[in-house]
Amino acid sequence: MASIPLEVSLFLSGLLFSLGLLGVLVRRNILFILMSLEIMMNAAGLAFVAASSHWGVADGQVMFIFIVTVAAAEVSVGLALVLQLYRRIHTLDSDAVSVMRG
Amino acid sequence: MSLVWLILIPMVGGLVAGLVARKNESLCRWISLSALILDSGIAINLFAHHWLGLDLPTSTRWLVEFQVEWIPRLGAGIHLAVDGLSLLMVLLTLFLGIIGVGASWTEIKTQVGFFHFNFLWILSGVIGVFLALDLLLFFFFWEVMLVPMYFLIGIWGHENRQYAAVKFFIFTQASGLVMLLSILVLVFTHAAGGELTFDYMKLLGTPMDGTFGLLVMLGFFLAFTVKLPAFPFHPWLPDAHTEAPTAGSIILAGILLKTGAYGLLRFVVPLFPAACQVFTPYALFLGVVGVLYGAMQAFAQSDLKRLVAYTSVSHMGFVLLGVFAWNDYALYGVVMQMICHGFSSGAQFMLVGALYERVHTREMGRMGGLWTTAPRLGAASMFFAMASLGLPGMGNFIAEFLVLAGLFKVSVTATSFASLGLIAATIYSLWLMRGTFFGPNDKQWKIADLNARELSLVAALVAGLVFLGFYPQPVLKAVHPALEALQQSTAQAPVPVAMNRR
Amino acid sequence: MLSLLWLVPTLPFLGFLILLLFGDRMTKTLVGIIGAGSVGLSALLTMVIGYQFLASPPPDHAFTQVLWTWFEVGGFRPEIAFRLDALSLVMASVVTFVGFLIHLYSIGYMHEDSSFSRFFAEMNLFVCMMLVLVLGDNLLLLYVGWEGVGLCSYLLIGFWYQEPANCTAAQKAFIVTRVGDTAMAIGFFLLVTQLGTLQVQDLMHKAGEMWEPGSGMAVAATLLLLGGAVGKSGQLPLQTWLPDAMAGPTPVSALIHAATMVTAGVYLIARTHALFALAPSVQFLVAVIGALTLLLAGFSALVQTDIKRILAYSTISQIGYMFLALGVGAWSAGMFHFMTHAFFKALLFLAAGAVIHALHHEQNIFKMGGLAKQLPVVFWTFLIGAGCLASIPLITSGFYSKDAILWYAFSSEGGSIWLWMAGLAGAFFTSIYTFRMVFIAFLGEPKGHIHHRPGPVMLVPLVVLAFLALFSGFIELPHNFAPVQMFSNLMDTVFHSHGHSHEEHSSAALEGILQLTAGIVSLIGVAAAYFLFLKDPSKVEKISSTPAGSFLQGFLLRGWDFDRLYDTLFVNPLMALARINKGDIVDSLYNGLASLTQMGHYRLKWIQNGAVRWYAAGLALGAVILLGVFIFT
Repeated sequence: MASIPLEVSLFLSGLLFSLGLLGVLVRRNILFILMSLEIMMNAAGLAFVAASSHWGVADGQVMFIFIVTVAAAEVSVGLALVLQLYRRIHTLDSDAVSVMRG
Repeated sequence: MSLVWLILIPMVGGLVAGLVARKNESLCRWISLSALILDSGIAINLFAHHWLGLDLPTSTRWLVEFQVEWIPRLGAGIHLAVDGLSLLMVLLTLFLGIIGVGASWTEIKTQVGFFHFNFLWILSGVIGVFLALDLLLFFFFWEVMLVPMYFLIGIWGHENRQYAAVKFFIFTQASGLVMLLSILVLVFTHAAGGELTFDYMKLLGTPMDGTFGLLVMLGFFLAFTVKLPAFPFHPWLPDAHTEAPTAGSIILAGILLKTGAYGLLRFVVPLFPAACQVFTPYALFLGVVGVLYGAMQAFAQSDLKRLVAYTSVSHMGFVLLGVFAWNDYALYGVVMQMICHGFSSGAQFMLVGALYERVHTREMGRMGGLWTTAPRLGAASMFFAMASLGLPGMGNFIAEFLVLAGLFKVSVTATSFASLGLIAATIYSLWLMRGTFFGPNDKQWKIADLNARELSLVAALVAGLVFLGFYPQPVLKAVHPALEALQQSTAQAPVPVAMNRR
Repeated sequence: MLSLLWLVPTLPFLGFLILLLFGDRMTKTLVGIIGAGSVGLSALLTMVIGYQFLASPPPDHAFTQVLWTWFEVGGFRPEIAFRLDALSLVMASVVTFVGFLIHLYSIGYMHEDSSFSRFFAEMNLFVCMMLVLVLGDNLLLLYVGWEGVGLCSYLLIGFWYQEPANCTAAQKAFIVTRVGDTAMAIGFFLLVTQLGTLQVQDLMHKAGEMWEPGSGMAVAATLLLLGGAVGKSGQLPLQTWLPDAMAGPTPVSALIHAATMVTAGVYLIARTHALFALAPSVQFLVAVIGALTLLLAGFSALVQTDIKRILAYSTISQIGYMFLALGVGAWSAGMFHFMTHAFFKALLFLAAGAVIHALHHEQNIFKMGGLAKQLPVVFWTFLIGAGCLASIPLITSGFYSKDAILWYAFSSEGGSIWLWMAGLAGAFFTSIYTFRMVFIAFLGEPKGHIHHRPGPVMLVPLVVLAFLALFSGFIELPHNFAPVQMFSNLMDTVFHSHGHSHEEHSSAALEGILQLTAGIVSLIGVAAAYFLFLKDPSKVEKISSTPAGSFLQGFLLRGWDFDRLYDTLFVNPLMALARINKGDIVDSLYNGLASLTQMGHYRLKWIQNGAVRWYAAGLALGAVILLGVFIFT
């Protein structure tokens, strides 16, 4: 099996990261922000996996498992927060929650 | 061990009083009172031993010493010790503490428990400051007395209390930070030549010369003169005093200011004799300006409490002058001034508080002619106004006389200008009496005269001041060894050129 | 008996304590008994002690009683100690005896007052403090009394405190004297640091050893002490408080502002006479101050209309004579005038008080008149006092004491013809204004209505004082009259080495001529007063109605406008400064710092706007910049 060169996978990872970041910055819906965050995290995971297969070391794949775990935890907390938020102010617009007192 | 108890009893008493208050407020007051009386018992016992010459250690300069390890890696230990000077200060603290509890007996009606908790913790912190001989421990107590005081002003104060509390906190905290820096620089300079230690006795004699020494000294100087307060670091004081509850003002003026004076005596000059000699002309200048400026500002005020607050600025100017004159007369004068000003200003704040409880205003424009309706209150106010202007026959006169006579040896000019403060003190004291008790009673006030509780507190203070005025020898004798030791610690210092020039 | 000396000041103090603590619960009779009785006992004790002192003089003609060591600092060791010598004996006798008479009189005078017990408490405290001042063995203890009498003077001038004018007068008295006292305190600092003691005898002894006559130290020290003396005794330039001090009750004016406290300055200079002898220039200044003051105050007294203010200015003027005497080294003559003055001026004030009391607080002499028939005892005693004040020759004590001063002003080493002429001119004005008072208030047409007649409790002190005023002069006669010099012989035990040499018999004829001149001048003054104010007052009215005349009258009435001068120079600028700076300019410095921080806060707070995406963008931008920095460097 011909291995994919490291540059290509790192480029893909960078692209995904930038897309995710762009999503975080331009979307106002908190759900979409969360999804974009997932993309960014997975971009980082991709970079780890690619690097680990390039040097043949398992460390990067361990890191990926960590990332998946953290992502799952983060999503569960994040979604819970989003639900609470929606119940309180009936919107998912992130700019609407810019003040601390509510 | 008795020294540890001195600090712990008010702390524990404060905790207990704070817990009890939910069930029984009166019990809380009695608990704090008895904690203070118990503590005074220990202090008086120490003093009696000292006075009678029992178990007086001849080899060391401390009457009682307590030392255990605390943070050995940093060279910081729990080192408490007491000599005549600190013992007198502790006694003053406890005496005014008792007066303070008495004065707030009916004044404080909300959160009584938390009030007494804070009150006793301030006293504990102050006692710690007077006893600590380890700079880190000293700094710790310095901060301990600050936070509860902040609450005291901020919760039980008058209308503008938040502003005053924050101002007080920022001034003291900022200057305390500078002192911490100076402590660290001093300790590390010492460590560079040997051992890493925070111990006062070991740090004495650390060579701190030139501009570097001056800068480090100024760090301490700043913290203590903010507390004192000296011109131009005084603006926190009128606000804090004016807004604080009566007990807060009493211990603020009576004791907390003295920690500044104590710090100057104990730390600034002995640790940095050379730098201090260079700095003397400037310090004297600040002292003179403080005396006159404080007096002028006092005269300008129409708020009674603010007036009394500014008089403290003026009187503490004498302390600054005396410390930097640093000779026999002046140092004894400083100690007398610390004690007598504690009495007289504490009493003045108490009386102003009593007056406020009755007429619910501090504006002198709304009073006048009160002598007719409250002659005892008037007579007491007259007595302490006279003490404040330095009438002979009261301790304050001895204090000012000694300070100025000592200063005369150092600088005739400074003495002449500082003496103008005596005239200025007359002006503001008479102004105070005229605005409140004399003149026509055109607002038709009818107020209750001093009651038995207040009269007994006043009588204690009057007796103290008159006793000190006609027989100050016990105080002078008690501090004699301590002052001797302090003077010796600076005697070895080389005399820089600036000293000879003056 | 001498060892009971400490009781002399203590008795009035006990009276004060009792009246302070329990006075408001006592009947007026009891208050009067305690108030006057404590001073009376003290007077009695002083007399017994004085008798013993004179009958069997202690060694060195001085007795010192040390009670305890006050404090001890660096070799300076003042004691609470009383010293009895001829000087303090004379002072203490006058203070207690005249004080007792005035207390007695006050029982009648103050009887209607609601603060009866406060009055006696404060008067007793005053007597105690005055005795401490007089008997104190060192200057520091003297200072206790010195400030103590100042306090009592303040309290008693402002006794009727509901009147704002009285409060102002009281404050003025305290503050102006305190200016002098501060100079005096600085003098003490100098003496302590230079000589290491404030004990009067040691001080004079050491100063004589260590300081050359006329040396800078001696001049500075005596100048500073003189400052205190000038303030307390109402001499130039600090005389402005005394006329206003008449706001107090009349017995207070008699006791404090005529007989005793205001002469404390004279006492201080006499007490420290050896220091002043070391500084001849300052001593000359004392004489000049005395001469100027007696003239200035004499002029002012000429135009006053308030009977108490006339007497106040005359007090200033008479103390001027005492200063003149001290200045030319005639210590004993100065003290002699102090004694006679205490008697006749207290008498004048008390008699004036009786008039004021009778006329229901009327003090303007032009609203009195014809009182001689209505109040005969008061008139005759007042006349005796006036005669003494005007120094009517031969029969009055004032003649003998003033004559001694005039003679020494002319003949002693420090004297000169100018000082003598100033004194003579002063004597002339004195007799004019004194008899102006007598003629306008007591003779002529009755104008007022008599409300109260003074009772015996008020009249007895008047008669006793009148007796003393007339006859106390005969204990010290001029050398060319008869060899009766009891007073100066007594005083020589104190002033021995510095006393005036009396061996000038060769000039007896000259002395006689001067006495004749002084006597004639006094009588001419009386005659002038008669023609100007009783026989034909229209001339005076004519002069005072011209513009220059009315200006001059106002100028003198306001005491040469010293008040206005001081207001412009000191009071107003300081008041203005205080008012402007009420908010404390230093505070605004810190407030400036605070608002600077606040401004920074407003400038930067848009960054922290709470929008999550904005923060994310910030993070991203920061990361990019960091990356860029890493890559390109």
